[in-house]
Amino acid sequence: MAAVQETIDQVKSIDVTEYKYGFVTELEVDKPAKGLTEDTVRYISARKNEPEWMLEWRLDAFRRWKTMTEPTWSRVNYPPIDYQDLYYYAAPKKGASPKSLDEVDPAILETYKKLGIPLREQEILAGVAPENRVAVDAVFDSVSVVTTFKKELAQAGVIFCSISEAIQEHPELVKKYLATVVPVTDNYFATLNSAVFTDGSFVYVPKGVRCPMELSTYFRINEQNTGQFERTLIIADEGAYVSYLEGCTAPKRDENQLHAAVVELIALDDAEIKYSTVQNWYPGDAEGKGGIYNFVTKRGDCRGKNSKISWTQVETGSAITWKYPSCILRGDGSRGEFYSIAVSNGAQQVDSGTKMLHLGKNTTSKIIAKGIAAGKSDSTYRGMVSAHRKATGARNFTNCDSLLIGDQCGAHTIPYIEAKTATAIFEHEATTSKIGEDQLFYCQQRGLSEEEAVALIVNGFVKEVLQQLPMEFAVEAQKLITISLEGSVG
Amino acid sequence: MAIVTPLKTAAEQTLIQQFADSKAELPGGPAVRKLREDAFAGFEAKGLPHRRLESWRYTDLRALLREARPLADGAAVTEAVKARLAALKLDGLRLVLVDGVFAPDLSTLDDIPEGVSVQSLSEALVSQREGLSRVLSGPSVGADDTGLMLNTALMRDGVFVEIAEGRNLEQPIVIVSLASGHEERAVFHRSVVLAAQGSRATIVEVSEAAGEAAQQINGAIVFETGDESEIQHVRIVTRQAAASVQVQSLLATVGAQAKFDSFAFVARAGTLRQQHFVRFAGEHSEIGLRGVNLLRGSEHSDVTLIVDHEVPHGTSRELFKTIAGGESTGVFQGKVVVRPHAQKTDGSMKSNALLLNDGATMFNKPELEIFADDVVCGHGATVAQIDGDQLFYLMARGLPRPQAEALVLQAFAGEAAEFIGDENVRELVMHEVESWLQAREAASEVSTV
Repeated sequence: MAAVQETIDQVKSIDVTEYKYGFVTELEVDKPAKGLTEDTVRYISARKNEPEWMLEWRLDAFRRWKTMTEPTWSRVNYPPIDYQDLYYYAAPKKGASPKSLDEVDPAILETYKKLGIPLREQEILAGVAPENRVAVDAVFDSVSVVTTFKKELAQAGVIFCSISEAIQEHPELVKKYLATVVPVTDNYFATLNSAVFTDGSFVYVPKGVRCPMELSTYFRINEQNTGQFERTLIIADEGAYVSYLEGCTAPKRDENQLHAAVVELIALDDAEIKYSTVQNWYPGDAEGKGGIYNFVTKRGDCRGKNSKISWTQVETGSAITWKYPSCILRGDGSRGEFYSIAVSNGAQQVDSGTKMLHLGKNTTSKIIAKGIAAGKSDSTYRGMVSAHRKATGARNFTNCDSLLIGDQCGAHTIPYIEAKTATAIFEHEATTSKIGEDQLFYCQQRGLSEEEAVALIVNGFVKEVLQQLPMEFAVEAQKLITISLEGSVG
Repeated sequence: MAIVTPLKTAAEQTLIQQFADSKAELPGGPAVRKLREDAFAGFEAKGLPHRRLESWRYTDLRALLREARPLADGAAVTEAVKARLAALKLDGLRLVLVDGVFAPDLSTLDDIPEGVSVQSLSEALVSQREGLSRVLSGPSVGADDTGLMLNTALMRDGVFVEIAEGRNLEQPIVIVSLASGHEERAVFHRSVVLAAQGSRATIVEVSEAAGEAAQQINGAIVFETGDESEIQHVRIVTRQAAASVQVQSLLATVGAQAKFDSFAFVARAGTLRQQHFVRFAGEHSEIGLRGVNLLRGSEHSDVTLIVDHEVPHGTSRELFKTIAGGESTGVFQGKVVVRPHAQKTDGSMKSNALLLNDGATMFNKPELEIFADDVVCGHGATVAQIDGDQLFYLMARGLPRPQAEALVLQAFAGEAAEFIGDENVRELVMHEVESWLQAREAASEVSTV
C-alpha cells in the first residue's frame, strides 16, 4: 500500500526546504586555529580552566583516537571528513561565563527568543502554570550560556549545570561516572568527543529525589566550519527520577558540520531516567548540499536493581544521522525503552536504532521505532536485542515500521536478535495488524477507526512526552504523531 | 572500517595449493575455466569468510576450518554407502552422488521419465552449451560470497537435470548425496536443475554420511525455472559426522507466473551453513523458502538467505523453525531486497526459535531493504522456550511431560513442514522429526517434571 495523502502532506510540511531555524546570529567569537592537534586539546582544556586530570584524560583520548579508523559499516554515504579543516571550539566573546542573564550577549538572547526557548525564569513563571516549568541549559556552539532554575533545583538537591561547571564544582562525581557507560575508546566518534568535548549538561539527582521539574538542554550550532562536541552525563541515584529533554537546531549553510556527541545515563537502584530528544539540526537542501552530520553515541546503564531508562526521540533534522541510544540492563529487574520517530526528506540519510543488552535477571525492554522516508532519503533501522547467558527471564518486544513516500527513497530494517538463555522471550514484530488486538478492539468499539486506534496505541507514549516539550517545534513533532501507519512496511 | 584480511591461514594456503594442483584436471571448457579462475581469484583476495564479514557474522568459517582436507577425487562406494542407500525409502528417479561424484550404477537411470534428461555435471561442464556460465553464476546477490566462490572454483561433479516444457512429474527426482566418510575429505559438488516453461516437479536433495570421518562439504544446487513452472525443492541434511563442516548454497532464478518453493530439514548435521540466493526474474511469481532446524549437542546451523525482488508483483514467504538444545547454536539471517521498480511486492519473513535449555543460543537477523514505496513487507522473529501453558494443557489431559513436550515440538516443526507438497516427502520429513525427538528422549535430555 502506498502512504495516504494526509501523511504525505504532513511530511511535506517538514520538508528540508521548510527549515525554519536556518538563520545565523552575527557574533564576535573566540576560536582557536583550525585543525586538531594536542595543542587544540590543550587550548580547549585551558579555556575551560580544567584541572590537570581532565587535560590528561583528554590527551589520552586524543592519542588513542589518532590510532583509530573511521567506521564504514553504517548505511550512509558521505565524502571523507577532513578533521583538520574544522574549528573545534567557538565561544561568543561578549559575556563569557555570565553571572546572570543580563550579562549574556543580547544577540544570543534574541536567538533563543526566535527559537522559542524561554531563558528568563520570570517570563516562564508569568506565562505557564508552575507544574509545567522547565529548567533550560542553553548551549551555544561550544559553551553553555545559561542554566535556569539552578537555585530552585539546588534546594531539592538536584545538580543541574553545564559539564564544564561540574568538572570544577563536582569533580568527585564526574570522576566517578564519566566514561563508565561509554568508554573512551568505545568508537571513533566517542573517542574524538572525549578528546575535544566542549559543553553539555550534567545532572545528578540524589537518593530518593524526584526532580521537581523537567530539565532540558537546547543545543545551537551557530559558527561556520565548527564542530560541536557535546557531552552529557546524567546520574539518577537510588530511587531518583528525572525527565530530560534535548533540542537542537543550526543555521542553513552549504557546508557540512559535524556534531559528535556522547550522552551517558546512569540509573542506580529503583531510579528512573526519561530522556527525550527532538533533533532538528539543519538537514541540508533538497539536493543534499550542507547539513549537519549527527554522529552520536548515547547509552544508558541501568546499573541498579529495578531501574529504568527510557529514550524517546523525534528525528527530523541532520543530513546524516548515525545514532543508537542504547540500554545496558545490568541491574536485576531493570527496564529499557526506546521510542523513535525518524522522518527523512530531501537527501537525508538516517541510520538509527537501539541496542538492548540484557545482562541482569528478569530484565525487560521495549522498542518501538517508526521510520518515514520521503524524497531521495534513506532510512535504516538497526537494532540489537541480546540476552546474556545469565539474563534469565529476559523479555523484549520490538516493533518497527517504516513508511516510504515516493519511489526514490529507501527504508531498511536490520534487527539483530541474540538469545543465549532459554528463558528469554524475544519478539520482533513488524506488522501493524498485530499490535494488541484487544486494545485495538477496545478502541474501535468506542468509535475509532482502525487507523486512529493504531495511531493512538503506538503513539500514546510519544504524545505524552511531546506535549511537555518546551520548544516551539514541538508543534511539528506533534503533527508527526497523526501520521498514519497505513501503507507502512516492516 | 576496512576489512583487514590477515595473513593466509593454513587452510587457505592448502586450498590455494589444491586449486593450483587440480585446476588443469577439473572439468570444464574455456568459459568454465575462466569462471573457476575468477571465482578463485575472488576467494584468494578475501580468504575464508570470517565473523568480521557481516553475512558470515555468526559462522566463522575461517576459525572452523583449521585445516583443509584433501580433495575427494572419486566415489568410494563402500558397503556402508550401499547400506545407507538401501535404507533410504523414497520413490522416484534416484540420482546418487558419492563423495560429490555422480554414480550412475547406483542411480535408477532406467526409470528416467519422459521429458527429463540427466547428465553428470562434469559432462555438462565440458559441453559447449549456450548460457552455461550464466546458469552456473546464479543470482547476482550471491556473487560476492566467498563460500560460493570456492564451490565455483573447485566443483568437480554433480548432476545436470533438465525438465522439458510442460512436463508434470508425478514422482520426485531424488538427488542423494552421500559422503562415504571412511576418510576425512573435502567435497565440492554442484547440481543444476533447469525447469522449462510450464513444468512441474519436486526435487529432493538428501545429504547424508555413511561413515564417521568428518567431512568438509561445499555443495550447491542451481535452479533456473521457466515461466508458469511450479518447482518444489526439499533438502534433507542429516546423519552427518558431528565434526563435519558444510556449506550448502541454493541459487534460484524464477521466471514469471511461476512458483518456487524450497524446504530444508536439518538434524544431526554437525556444523552447517545454508545460504539461499533467490531472484525473481519475472512478474507475478511466488517464492517460498522454509525450513526446520533441529539442534543438539554442539551442533551449529546457519540459514542465511537473500531474496531479490527485482521485478514488480512478486510474492515471497520465508518461515524457519529452529529447536535448539544442548550447547547448540541456531542462526537465521534473512534479507528481503525490494528494488526501486519492484512495486506491489508482497514479502513476509519469519523466524521462530525454541531454546530447550540454557546453553543453547539463537541469533536472528531478519533484514529488509526496501526501495519501492508501494509494497507490503513484514518480518517477525521470536525466541522463547516451550510455552508452559501448552505443556500444562497437554499434561492436564494425562500426557506425561516427555510426550507433551514432544507433541508441542512436533507441532512447532510441522508448521513449516506442512508446506511440502509431496505427501511421501512430507511424511519422511515428519518421520525424521519424530526420530530426532525419540533420540533426544533416549539421551535423557527431556525434563520429566
